[in-house]
Amino acid sequence: MRNPLRSEGEAYRFLWVVVLGAAIIIAASFINTWLGVAAAVIGFAWLGRWLLQEPVPGAADPPAVVTSGTPPGTHRVLVVAPPGTQSLKVPDGAEVLVVVPALAAAHESLTGAVDDRRHDAEATADALAERLNGARVEVGADDPALAVEDALRVFGADEVLVAGDADGMFEAIRERVAIPVSRA
Amino acid sequence: MYLFIASEIMLFGSFFTAYFFVRIVNGVAWPTPPYHLPVFVATINTFILMTSSATMHWSTVSIKRGNVWGMRAGLLLTFLMGLAFLTSQLYEYMRAGFNTSNGAFPTIFFCLTGLHGCHVFVGLSILAFMTIRAFRGHFSAENHHGVEIGGIYWHFVDVMWIVVFTTVYIL
Repeated sequence: MRNPLRSEGEAYRFLWVVVLGAAIIIAASFINTWLGVAAAVIGFAWLGRWLLQEPVPGAADPPAVVTSGTPPGTHRVLVVAPPGTQSLKVPDGAEVLVVVPALAAAHESLTGAVDDRRHDAEATADALAERLNGARVEVGADDPALAVEDALRVFGADEVLVAGDADGMFEAIRERVAIPVSRA
Repeated sequence: MYLFIASEIMLFGSFFTAYFFVRIVNGVAWPTPPYHLPVFVATINTFILMTSSATMHWSTVSIKRGNVWGMRAGLLLTFLMGLAFLTSQLYEYMRAGFNTSNGAFPTIFFCLTGLHGCHVFVGLSILAFMTIRAFRGHFSAENHHGVEIGGIYWHFVDVMWIVVFTTVYIL
């Protein structure tokens, strides 16, 4: 769906679209009241169709999967642990980064009210950091797939381990990355 | 942004519902005799506001090209034109010859134009901060998010004025 207020340039163009539409409706209504009503109905229908169109062809396509890799001789593992995870078993001899996504409900994400969820994730991250000596533990985005994608940008990994039994989270991550994903 | 647009649509929508109810469902003449709407002043105000949108766009384009003085001039002109719009609207209110105690027509008129006037006031406040920041050298070709966001709001206010002007003054 098109957002007419996404940028200043688009908002400016939208303003002139509205000015043009208003001018047509005014001109039609001066000729005949019902012609003005018809112009308004057609104008609003066209506006609705225009708003529903894709602004950039291909913008709604699913994003490309994220690939990752590590330098020769190293084995890196990215572990995703949802908030509340008490313990984790990580592979011996591997460099490990644990990401705790600040999982939030849809309405919390939509309204930006994710502060409490972030505090929960930080508490879990602190607890896990104490238990896992030598492992880096970080808090990630509220979307687990996005948290993994962010982590892979700075921490190339050979595999992703997902703790917990949330099937939705596991599947979302597996669809998003091109490296092996398994349950921790 | 979608939540903002939705909340604004609901806010203006409630006032427009009252307007259409009074004018169409109740069949009250618009404007109710013997009152007259100051259409000429409102038309001049419309041109002022449309020009202010153009200067706002000029300001944003200028800073994107690294033209700091173009941005400053654009913001200052936009602020002055917004101020001119608001001042003439207040003057128009004082000379209207009716007030909210004169029935449904003046009440809806003041509510709709007043609601838009409040948005202009908020936009002017944002513009004032943007202009001060611009003259203090806060924006550059790489960092101009503040100008972009303020510009979006200003164009939105202008879009709403076109809707208000068309329905209240012209049709």
